Amino acid sequence: MSDIVEKTLTALPGLFLQNQSVGGPAGVKASFSSRLGGLVRGITALTSKHEEEKLIQQELSSLKATVSAPTTTLKMMKECMVRLIYCEMLGYDASFGYIHAIKLAQQGNLLEKRVGYLAVSLFLHENHELLLLLVNTVVKDLQSTNLVEVCMALTIVSQIFPREMIPAVLPLIEDKLQHSKEIIRRKAVLALYKFYLIAPNQVQHIHIKFRKALCDRDVGVMAASLHIYFRMIKENSSGYKDLTGSFVTILKQVVGGKLPVDFNYHSVPAPWLQIQLLRILGLLGKDDQRTSELMYDVLDESLRRAELNHNVTYAILFECVHTVYSIYPKSELLEKAAKCIGKFVLSPKINLKYLGLKALTYVIQQDPTLALQHQMTIIECLDHPDPIIKRETLELLYRITNAQNVIVIVQKMLEYLHQSKEEYIIVNLVGKIAELAEKYAPDNAWFIQTMNAVFSVGGDVMHPDIPNNFMRLLAEGFDDETEDQQLRLYAVQSYLTLLDVENVFYPQKFLQVMSWVLGEYYYLLDKDTPEEVLTKLYKLLISDSVSSETKAWLIAAVTKLTSQAHSSNIVERLIQEFTVSLDTCMRQHAFELKHLCENVELMKTLLPVDKSCEDMVVDASLSFLDGFVAEELSQGAAPYKPHHQRQEEKFSQEKVLNFEPYGLSFSSSGFTGRQSPAGISLGSDISGNSAETGLKETNSLKLEGIKKLWGKEGYLPKKEGKTGDETEAPPVPQESIIMETVDQNITKKDQCQVHTQSKEEKEKQLLASSLFVGLGSESTINLLGKADTVSHKFRRKSKVKESKSEETTSAHMTCSYFGSSSEATYEDDYYLDTLQDRGDKELSKFSLNSELLDSESVTELPSVEKLSNCKLSSSPSLFTDNNMEGFHPSQSTAPSVANETSLAASLLEETSEHVHSDLVEVCHNETISVSSYKIWKDDCLIMVWSVSNKSGLKLKSANLEIAPAENFKITEQPGCCLPPTEAGSIKTFQYTVQMEEPFTEGNLSGFINYQMMDTPSVQLEFSINLSLLDFIRPLKISTENFGKLWLSFGNDVKQNVKVSESQAALPSALKTLQQKLRLHVVEIIGNEGLLACQLLPSIPCLLHFRVHGDVLALWFRSSCSPLPDYLLYQCQKVMEGS
Amino acid sequence: MQFMLLFSRQGKLRLQKWYVPLSDKEKKKITRELVQTVLARKPKMCSFLEWRDLKIVYKRYASLYFCCAIEDQDNELITLEIIHRYVELLDKYFGSVCELDIIFNFEKAYFILDEFLLGGEVQETSKKNVLKAIEQADLLQESGESRSPISIL
Repeated sequence: MSDIVEKTLTALPGLFLQNQSVGGPAGVKASFSSRLGGLVRGITALTSKHEEEKLIQQELSSLKATVSAPTTTLKMMKECMVRLIYCEMLGYDASFGYIHAIKLAQQGNLLEKRVGYLAVSLFLHENHELLLLLVNTVVKDLQSTNLVEVCMALTIVSQIFPREMIPAVLPLIEDKLQHSKEIIRRKAVLALYKFYLIAPNQVQHIHIKFRKALCDRDVGVMAASLHIYFRMIKENSSGYKDLTGSFVTILKQVVGGKLPVDFNYHSVPAPWLQIQLLRILGLLGKDDQRTSELMYDVLDESLRRAELNHNVTYAILFECVHTVYSIYPKSELLEKAAKCIGKFVLSPKINLKYLGLKALTYVIQQDPTLALQHQMTIIECLDHPDPIIKRETLELLYRITNAQNVIVIVQKMLEYLHQSKEEYIIVNLVGKIAELAEKYAPDNAWFIQTMNAVFSVGGDVMHPDIPNNFMRLLAEGFDDETEDQQLRLYAVQSYLTLLDVENVFYPQKFLQVMSWVLGEYYYLLDKDTPEEVLTKLYKLLISDSVSSETKAWLIAAVTKLTSQAHSSNIVERLIQEFTVSLDTCMRQHAFELKHLCENVELMKTLLPVDKSCEDMVVDASLSFLDGFVAEELSQGAAPYKPHHQRQEEKFSQEKVLNFEPYGLSFSSSGFTGRQSPAGISLGSDISGNSAETGLKETNSLKLEGIKKLWGKEGYLPKKEGKTGDETEAPPVPQESIIMETVDQNITKKDQCQVHTQSKEEKEKQLLASSLFVGLGSESTINLLGKADTVSHKFRRKSKVKESKSEETTSAHMTCSYFGSSSEATYEDDYYLDTLQDRGDKELSKFSLNSELLDSESVTELPSVEKLSNCKLSSSPSLFTDNNMEGFHPSQSTAPSVANETSLAASLLEETSEHVHSDLVEVCHNETISVSSYKIWKDDCLIMVWSVSNKSGLKLKSANLEIAPAENFKITEQPGCCLPPTEAGSIKTFQYTVQMEEPFTEGNLSGFINYQMMDTPSVQLEFSINLSLLDFIRPLKISTENFGKLWLSFGNDVKQNVKVSESQAALPSALKTLQQKLRLHVVEIIGNEGLLACQLLPSIPCLLHFRVHGDVLALWFRSSCSPLPDYLLYQCQKVMEGS
Repeated sequence: MQFMLLFSRQGKLRLQKWYVPLSDKEKKKITRELVQTVLARKPKMCSFLEWRDLKIVYKRYASLYFCCAIEDQDNELITLEIIHRYVELLDKYFGSVCELDIIFNFEKAYFILDEFLLGGEVQETSKKNVLKAIEQADLLQESGESRSPISIL
């Protein structure tokens, strides 16, 4: 392709003439391009930006006149449109032409229509209001008998289409899926893909048609449907596992070269299709052994076939490697994939090298030895002239950082940081450095200096968490008080030195940190008076380069220091100066300081030394003002109303004036004002109280959730975790071992390489040994630890305080062991590290656990008591307030296994007062069976997994873990039982699930692993689907409040549904909905029904139903936009079902 | 794919296609910064960029830069091939394409792009099929001019 003729602009005039005479290679007409050509030529001839602007403005005004003139023909309009597109591309506003583009698409013949559609797709975005005007044209063209028109319409729909108008074209596009021409079918599938992206709920009902498209005889149509499947599987992989076989078969055929040669690209069969399929397989096989096994063969084949040395084969290889590492691992494939990564890393082509580093970064957590193999290449890349390669290398190093190599890696990162100017990179890198420094700092001086560098460079762009975390770290300290003091003292000394330097400007955030630290910890210097530091702070205060926010920090520091000094000239001068400052804020601070100085006793109690972490006792009820309030009230003052009540009243008053409650859509719906929900609210009394109770309800719901999270029970195990860390052995012996292995590695390398070792080489190897220290198989654990996102504080906090008994440690172990989060596994690993256990990781982990279990059963540890205490104290709150109505526990369907029947019975007994789903077995084998059900509590969803031991044998250990999911917050209920170790026992695990982001489908996955006597441990995985419906609860509100809320919500969805005779009776229809969807019927008035529900924790959604003949008008409103769509879909489903 | 830009060595925009809704102001800002960043890179450097939170894949053909922004999980190498296939298509259609062909017939370049990529995803990878679709529409244009829109597909 490089032989594309490089024709420079100097050759332009001649070429253009040629263009005119010959007419262009592909029938380009000279007459057509002449106007545009003139414009282009005119612009290229100009030299200055100013001249260009003038010319374009001229052009635009002439165009404006032409397009709005009535005499302009469509043909001329088409030509104008092309010039308008050109002007827009140059960055000038041509919005006056947008409407004409739509008109052209509507009225023109094919030729003009094509340009019209193109202009629309380039000018407008999908939220543009003018786009609505295009809908009719699209509908018309979709019905056209001319295939080209249909193609154009489908093309525009696949690019931009207004979300709310999808129902208008959906049936037409669905029809096109059966069209005889494959190009039409393909474009129709892509249009549906677009709809799926912008409004997934609207196309939920045509999933079956997607399957048909997947089986289409045309490869293009099938490939198009993969785009939809990729998105759907990404959102919910468990729903499409049954398709794995089909995808594998398709990929096999593609790889085997069964497709038409048309689809070959540089003699590689359909690379785009291959890559899409590999990505889908990667999603399907993730954490799923059974599904992964189906694809091992084809992956192997793909790796084998892609041997041609062309870019596109590398693209396939890269995707293959990615898939192999995402699915359930198979050692043979991993080996091959690792070899492939080697090919990338060692390639002389820079693009491949970059991707090799990227792949390494991706797999490093699974296989740290791979980094060891390529250490020399990595070192070379660290000094690569291309900053992108350098950055990727740093990213890789960041992933392999441990306590031994942190100094070198952070130094490399800082070097890069000093060279980069782009804000995005600085923010990103600064965050990483701060994280590493906090995690692995070897000593005080290094930590403070690194953080100084972070603050100086990151300055005001960095994430605010960094300075906050830093200050918290200093304030809260760790276990060792003298260590803490030394760190603080070092910080103080270092800042004093920094402030001594003349003419250096530090970022504001850094100054703020400094002033806080100096204010809090200056006393550690043990000087008689803080005069010295006060002088420095004063200098900063009067400096112009300091922002007013920083000044507030500075004066706060001054105030703290003043309370320690007895009297200071500087403070007096400062007060004098700032009490007349023009900055009101500063003036106030100065006055406060002045008054405090006059009352030294008060000042000392207000500003105690080193008490920043202690809670202050504050009279939050302001009881000392009671007398004053009573007096005012008796003199006729109005009683206090809380903020929300005032809001409510203001709001309802506004409503009284609003005589058109339904806004613009009012007339179309055909309601009269009196019958509408808001009409009811008008007629009734507006009482602030009732609104308040409504609010209170939601408030209390929220509070409950918070309480459970942060309650003492929840916090306890964590605290123990901290003390448990103390037993970590000093890492010195381990380090020496690792050094040895690294040395061995190097010598190995030496042997196979030629014996030419320049000095430079040696330096590199020295660097390598310092970088890759701690990366052997022994220290895998350290690396795994990094997967944990919870930032654990300084390693130093774990310096030994051996007085704590072993009991505490093991108590902690059991705690974390029974914990559900990934943190638990991490901590186990961490312990392994400390115990220097170098055996097989998993085995030793389990033996360790069983040891603990044994010791536990003998000694009855306090932690066990604690656990049961937790259970006792929290269970009442768990099993109270069950007042769901119209909803009764359905009887569980008779399970086949007798064992399960008893299990179900026992569960039902326990939870009969709650609304819950049937017991469903999620995974099982001959030994163990895991079943699960959902309890739809008023304020949350509780997932219960019950584990039964069917084997009749005692289990040595067992462990159930739920993986953290993106959209959910999963909290383990403290009342959790111990796993089933006894034969035939049944135990349950409860997890509270809260939704963080509204979504439609999601799933929770987890695994159980157990070990029997003398057998290796077994792991079973399972997953469970959750839908938005699981988080819908009835919202009990009065009709008046319904009216008020109705008006306050913006997201509005309406739909008319035809119903059968039997459903025409509103009350019965509503009853079905109430039961199936957990809605609350607020009121039924004649042929209208009002319903309300809420999405947990407290997003309300209001529903309005109206029957008219055999048509049911559904109308939804909510403050959350996806909610109405989703409920509409659910309602339709229920109606169709009944 | 999030967007595709074509610009000259002088930094002049030749083609822009946005697959994500952005305001004009943002588009202009992104274009300006990206053109600057890409033009500043040396010829031997790698074709991929991490720019803000996007992955940028670019390649230079003669005096034109083709530049695509892709999402995190997308494959960089295959995106390079997308660019290459697009150039092949242009080359076949115009017959040894040059920057001037694209300047003066940019609407054709758009039509070809729309047949190849739709809504940010690859629509048709067969060179023959894409060009067939374009040629048929072109032919119809001519018959359209003589006001006889007969389907010849």
